[in-house]
Amino acid sequence: MAFYFVQFLTGLASAASLFLVASGLSIIFGVTRIVNFAHGAFYMLGAYVAFTLTERFSGALGFWGGIVVAALIVAIIGVLVEMVLLRRIYHAPELFQLLATFGLTLMVQDIVVMIWGPDDLLGRRAPGFKGAVDFFGQNIPSYDLFLIALSPIVLGILWLLFQRTRWGVLVRAATQDRDMVAALGVNQKWLFTSVFALGVFLAALGGALQIPRDAVHHALDLRIIVEVFVVVVIGGLGSIIGAFVAAVLVSELNAFGILIFPKISIILVFLVMAVVLIVRPWGLFGKPEAAARRTPGLTVTPWRPLTSGERLMSLGALVLAAMMPLFAGNYALTVGSEIAIFVIFAASLHFLMSVGGLASFGHAAYFGLGAYGVAFLAKAAGLPMIASLLLGPVLGLLGAAVFGFFAVQLSGVYFAMLTLAFAQIVWSIAFQWVEVTGGDNGILGVWPERWAASPANFYWLSLGITALVVTVLRVMVFSPFGFALRATRDSPLRSEAIGINGKRVQWTAFVISGTVAGIGGALFAYLKGSVFPDSVGISLSVDALVMVLLGGVETVSGAVIGAIVFKAANIWLVSQTDLSKLVLGGFIVLMVVAFPKGIVGTLETIRNRRRSAEAKKSALVTSRIEAAE
Amino acid sequence: MKLQVADLNSFYGPAHILFDIALEVGEGEVVALLGRNGAGKSTTFRSIVGLVESRSGRIVFEGKDVSREPTHAIVRGGLGYVPEERRIFTDLTVEENLEVGRQPKRPNAPHWTREKLFTLFPNLGEMRNRPGGRMSGGEQQMLTIARTLMGNPSLVLLDEPSEGLSPKIVEQMVDAILAMKKEGVSIVVSEQNLHFARLISDRAYIIERGKICFGGTMAELDARPDIRDAHLSL
Repeated sequence: MAFYFVQFLTGLASAASLFLVASGLSIIFGVTRIVNFAHGAFYMLGAYVAFTLTERFSGALGFWGGIVVAALIVAIIGVLVEMVLLRRIYHAPELFQLLATFGLTLMVQDIVVMIWGPDDLLGRRAPGFKGAVDFFGQNIPSYDLFLIALSPIVLGILWLLFQRTRWGVLVRAATQDRDMVAALGVNQKWLFTSVFALGVFLAALGGALQIPRDAVHHALDLRIIVEVFVVVVIGGLGSIIGAFVAAVLVSELNAFGILIFPKISIILVFLVMAVVLIVRPWGLFGKPEAAARRTPGLTVTPWRPLTSGERLMSLGALVLAAMMPLFAGNYALTVGSEIAIFVIFAASLHFLMSVGGLASFGHAAYFGLGAYGVAFLAKAAGLPMIASLLLGPVLGLLGAAVFGFFAVQLSGVYFAMLTLAFAQIVWSIAFQWVEVTGGDNGILGVWPERWAASPANFYWLSLGITALVVTVLRVMVFSPFGFALRATRDSPLRSEAIGINGKRVQWTAFVISGTVAGIGGALFAYLKGSVFPDSVGISLSVDALVMVLLGGVETVSGAVIGAIVFKAANIWLVSQTDLSKLVLGGFIVLMVVAFPKGIVGTLETIRNRRRSAEAKKSALVTSRIEAAE
Repeated sequence: MKLQVADLNSFYGPAHILFDIALEVGEGEVVALLGRNGAGKSTTFRSIVGLVESRSGRIVFEGKDVSREPTHAIVRGGLGYVPEERRIFTDLTVEENLEVGRQPKRPNAPHWTREKLFTLFPNLGEMRNRPGGRMSGGEQQMLTIARTLMGNPSLVLLDEPSEGLSPKIVEQMVDAILAMKKEGVSIVVSEQNLHFARLISDRAYIIERGKICFGGTMAELDARPDIRDAHLSL
């Protein structure tokens, strides 16, 4: 009994940091409507800066002062980020905000390694809280008791701040209607900046307070952000009480889950989250959001099928690509196969994200499931290659069917957070369930059979499947199903009013997209001859997003071009620099701010401008639109 | 002259909404902006306070061109705005709603305090701690006006204050507006309801399809039934 009680207290202590970070995320989202993906990075920075300060300055004052000063320093960094980057993208579509803050996270990962090195750092114990308290023979670190007391205190301070100060009243008002707050004479800019500073301060404090408990390392950011996303989805984004309750809930589930399923404790959290989503999709303490105002697109060019000339051109490009083995060497052909596979992957995400309006931040899950599917079938069941290739993606399909069912209950940022959390769950299983997946060692020896073994043959196989998949997806965009999907994307209410079952359509799109990603993953397993948890990882999910963004989110063929350019550049870049995350992150941020239409989108804009200039010459069209309020 | 608007053009995306709007408001005057649904009344107000991003023209408030200033700066300068949709902060109590609107005292405008506003709108004084979301439409309308007055404006743009209110509440609204006028607040009030406008206004403009097509005193408007019938649905 005493053991379970101590386990319970450990859970409560872990909840402290989680609550601090989650409440910061919630406060920022409430006012700015930005889900700050970089929140984990600020948490991690808090831990690193606190580590340095507490090492440098001795004594109790050095420790506690160091913790607070670290949080303040990181909050100032946050303010700079808000003023330089976020102010430029407050009006951008939410996908771009998510991507920009994600790019920031990637950059911070490389920066902390540059400053503090790649090794784990062990922080100092907290002065005055070094011992342990004995509880019926079980030890409880006294620092844990301090953390347990801390979260209700922080909750109380935040409550007073929001209920009893003018600043708090303004923040609550802005959470509801920020334009109206401006129309009453309040300068939103500084309100946003101060809110962001508070949110980042809380995150950094959460990180700084962890150093006596946990080693500081450069993967802290993703670990915490996934848990925080789970917390805010359960508790309700924008609610501080919700963040508190859900942080305790998730921490306790983790603490006890580890006793029940030691290898895959995250399953328990997932089950609870699934139940909450079914009963209250907006979280325990959240409020149902009014149907989000659609951010008007960046372009207003309607989609159209290819003209016959363009079809011939595409066919020509395909024939040209198919002739590559005539002159290219083996390495180039392997790179070519990889690019083809990533075209499939990017096209699958594009279908979900651009056609369906559902930006998945965890699309690698289905790619990876396809890869693992092939590995299981080929290695464990010993199926021939054709059968494995056909059946392997079924694992991706099943994963997409299960996760997609929950994910499409939500939309916008909630959808993004949930898909990321799901992908991380798949990754944890691949990483932790060593008996089945081989864990970090992966599954080796998944080689293609003789007929497909030569680089040229495998390249033709990949290219053929890619051409087929891209064509089918494209046909689907202009099929009745594609129209229904786009209708649901553009106006959920109106499409429902004409009899479209939006959730069903989106779920179907999710399953199609996941299956196609699985096909890419299946080919990838044979290309590499092995499968590792990396194929499910977050960085692969982000690569897919960048490919679609680079090509142009609002175009039909952007994913193909984006994947080719990105993958080629990426393979080259990795061979050139060790700081690939810093470069990639910086590239994402730059692209969001300066180049949001992507390659194909920009080309289309130039072509349309030229066309409309010609049209103006031939006929002066005067269109007067009825005055509307 | 309190407010002078000239050559005001506004756009929503590619759509041209307002065409060369010109209007003037004198010190302490109540001016009505009349027009049908969709004529451009709200857009005119939103353009004046800078809530419409794409606009051009001159907006001179108390001798200073404010057309390039952001919304909050215009409002802080003493130009209050009461939106048509009320936009009460439903999670905030009556007192908290008023707090959001509070601005420092201004030398050239009447100074409003919570207590003074509660005598002007007695209903509000009885529900100081009630959340805005649990108030009736009329009470919310009173609260939006009171909230804007907390900024001590010298001019208020009132967007359709009588819309959707019961006759009894409309009467209270007339009294409140006349009381504001007596304190010395200049007011522009947009209306579809000519009777209501006549009770409070000194002058009127008529807007139709984004253009001002009449401007004059109430008496002049009454002398031109043809204009009235062509542009206002009675």
